[in-house]
Amino acid sequence: MADWLRPARLLLALLLGLVTLPLAADAASGPREQPLVADLSKHLVAITTGFSGSDVLLFGATDGPGDIILVVRGPVTQQIIRRKGKVGGLMWVNQDYVTVENAPSFYHVASTRPLEDLVGPATLDRHQIGMTHLDLEIGDLTLGETEAEFKSALFRLKEEQGLYSYAPGAITQLANRLFRSELHFPSNVPTGTYLVEVYLVRDNDVVNAEITPLIVGKAGFGADLYLFAHEHAAWYGVGAILLAVAAGWTAGALFRRS
Amino acid sequence: MQIYLPIAEMSVNLFLLLAMGGGVGFLSGLFGVGGGFLLTPLMIFIGIPPAVAVATVANQFLASSVSGVLAHWRRGNVDVKMGLVLMAGGLVGSGLGTWVFKILRSLGQIDLAISLSYVLFLGTVGGLMLTESLSAMRRSRKPVPVSRPSPGPDHHESWIHRLPLKMRFRKSRLYISALLPLAVGMAVGILAAIMGVGGGFVMVPAMIYLLGMPTQVVVGTSLFQIIFVTANTTFLQSTFNQTVDVVLALLLLPGAVIGAQYGARFGSRLKAEQLRVLLALLVLGVCLKMAFDLVTRPDDLYLLAGGMR
Repeated sequence: MADWLRPARLLLALLLGLVTLPLAADAASGPREQPLVADLSKHLVAITTGFSGSDVLLFGATDGPGDIILVVRGPVTQQIIRRKGKVGGLMWVNQDYVTVENAPSFYHVASTRPLEDLVGPATLDRHQIGMTHLDLEIGDLTLGETEAEFKSALFRLKEEQGLYSYAPGAITQLANRLFRSELHFPSNVPTGTYLVEVYLVRDNDVVNAEITPLIVGKAGFGADLYLFAHEHAAWYGVGAILLAVAAGWTAGALFRRS
Repeated sequence: MQIYLPIAEMSVNLFLLLAMGGGVGFLSGLFGVGGGFLLTPLMIFIGIPPAVAVATVANQFLASSVSGVLAHWRRGNVDVKMGLVLMAGGLVGSGLGTWVFKILRSLGQIDLAISLSYVLFLGTVGGLMLTESLSAMRRSRKPVPVSRPSPGPDHHESWIHRLPLKMRFRKSRLYISALLPLAVGMAVGILAAIMGVGGGFVMVPAMIYLLGMPTQVVVGTSLFQIIFVTANTTFLQSTFNQTVDVVLALLLLPGAVIGAQYGARFGSRLKAEQLRVLLALLVLGVCLKMAFDLVTRPDDLYLLAGGMR
């Protein structure tokens, strides 16, 4: 396995150690049975040469009836959203833009029922559940556009890329105890440490939550190449030149014979 | 069959890449232009990040130019001396162009600059080539003896012949000032860096019309020159931006090389004027598409940029 995965594994082990984070006030109730347990079918999505997206199964159990909300967050990135405007009555040109400092690179919400039927907006805001409840740091607006327009453009474009999604009813429950949901990661999935959050909802409130980390990382040849390109950039450039010349020469020579 | 590109960080269909390489390769073999003005927009269209597309195209052209030059070399169609002079200008020009690119990007209007220069240069080159080659075709139909197919430099021989540093280019049968090809190389280098192309579509007409080189030597010599410019670009892009995806470049190569061989064979059956009419139409087509995109209301006014990790 590639060297770079080692620190990631340490982090994984560390996070797995503190996997259960009871959020509800009644956490002090001692040796009681855990109200919510959940896990993933795998904790590492390895991007190998043939990678074309990956599915991960989330499964778990509750200690009784209740609704489940699932949130998957990718690492936070800076994102610039540009808007085109008409210049000189002729050309469409990039005009306004805003910078979002902390947009999740991947964001997926699933639930047993539509979010608005489960908890109030204040709770959604507090846990940042649902795209419109994300607490985004938006930079200064350049022209008369409203923040909401840029936000909805961000969500729409990310949904088109398959990186943001909301799937009410995509969690199936069995006998009010067991639940499962399929998580899909498309081929353009950003790499990094993801957090998979599972919330247990009863009587319009979140009563328990669990966070499980998930690592999305390149593996094998692709990972080595990426690392080489970034750490020995000049040598990578020389290698790219030599490779291209050799490949071009070989191809030219092959054709001469035929 | 999907394959993951480690630098572009996405998967693409292997056969799509092979077909794209083949199509562009055929055209580049036919006309002796790299086809960057086709390949770069195509790659962006299938979702490859523009920065990666521009840098990788340079690396891919390096490979296909090497194999293309071999074929022209065997037929004795490379003017090495002319190529080296053009290259010297080209290296200076691409350095300057990279600098201009940086300034435009800091002004936030690099997209517009790229689109406008595509429209402007493809339009000018395509238009000139179309009118010239059409009239050449008309002339060749009449039994008028044509001493020289490209009347370009004859018009302004007066001042051009007074320029210093005269050099004899035996292969091109030219005795002109070295400053001329140097300037051509430099101008094309600047354009190539800004537009993210090899510059063949400007270089080839410039060699024919401005320098007055014979058409058979033009293609091989421009490919020879492009080898050095693309090698330089590959190195600079790898070092400063880490945007060269060798896997992507190598996957485009087989199609491009095979396509180029067929293109060259097919091209040898056509007359030079006919080839130029076809290239002119192709260049004008891309120009019109770019202009159309610039003036029509886009489907989505918003777009995402950045996303630094």
